[in-house]
Amino acid sequence: MKIEVLKGITSANDAIAAQNRQSLDKHKVCTINLMSSPGAGKTSLILQTIDCLKNELKLAVIEGDVASKIDADKIDEQGIPVVQINVGASCSLEAQMITPALDKLPLENIDLLFIENVGNLICPAEFALGEHKKVVISSIPEGDDKPTKYPLMFTEADAVVINKLDLLPHLQFDVTGFRKTIEGLNPKVKIFDVSCKTGAGIDAWCSWISAEAKRVGSEIRKASD
Amino acid sequence: MAITQSILNIVLDEAKAAQASKITKVNLVIGELSGVVSDSVQFYFDFLKKDNAAEEATLDFKLVPAQLKCRDCLTDFNPRDSLWICPNCQSASMEIISGRDCYVESIEVE
Repeated sequence: MKIEVLKGITSANDAIAAQNRQSLDKHKVCTINLMSSPGAGKTSLILQTIDCLKNELKLAVIEGDVASKIDADKIDEQGIPVVQINVGASCSLEAQMITPALDKLPLENIDLLFIENVGNLICPAEFALGEHKKVVISSIPEGDDKPTKYPLMFTEADAVVINKLDLLPHLQFDVTGFRKTIEGLNPKVKIFDVSCKTGAGIDAWCSWISAEAKRVGSEIRKASD
Repeated sequence: MAITQSILNIVLDEAKAAQASKITKVNLVIGELSGVVSDSVQFYFDFLKKDNAAEEATLDFKLVPAQLKCRDCLTDFNPRDSLWICPNCQSASMEIISGRDCYVESIEVE
């Protein structure tokens, strides 16, 4: 006997992601899923953002790594609520890993939550976590061919941050071509040039993320009225 | 592995709902751009299906090629050698028409 199913392979994950989103919306927590290759600067960008916005917004972080709590310790030192998730053999965070992490955070007292995904340009594009925005970081040493090699990740991003711009004089990286490729795949994307090391470009990024956090907060309020 | 576990959960739930004791075949539709690799799914499925109703199930993969549309000249095309360049006007500006989906189409049970 043949039974028609027609269910998306990530449908179970999507259902849990929708529940996570409800919890986040209930507490008006704008949530960013931050994705990149390993070492592109996700934690550095979060640390710079904390430094820039800590007096303006109440921030929190969920850290996803295969192992260790090195990144969570760096966030904790800043006095920001942080939960570390170790995914072990899995190549990405999944919605069901986020649910217990949300229980550990004071959601009623958070405006902006960063979820730092596992360093990987493939699997994280597949698993919604309940986030409001997806941000991809690409760094100069990775080369300017990443959007061509991993188009899906860049197609679905709300913003792309080009990090380690201070290394540009030493490496071959066509910033104009890189931007053009991403905008071709994704005309609505916002692109930011930054150096987490020197702090260049961080202000523009922080202005955008702060405005997005406020906009998402007010949209949720409108929807719940 | 998470993807394969998710497939297995879907088919076991469906078989249970149909009160079937044995799943003989799982028909999957995998888009070329979905990031799902059929060889990996097969490998993990053979490992995960032990001791459940899918133990004797085989997997069938229907692969859906990537189809893109050029935003500049509106040509539909399949990216060759995974190069996302319009073959008509060489533009790099395009949208995905198909190849993104990934789902369990049907199962065959006894």
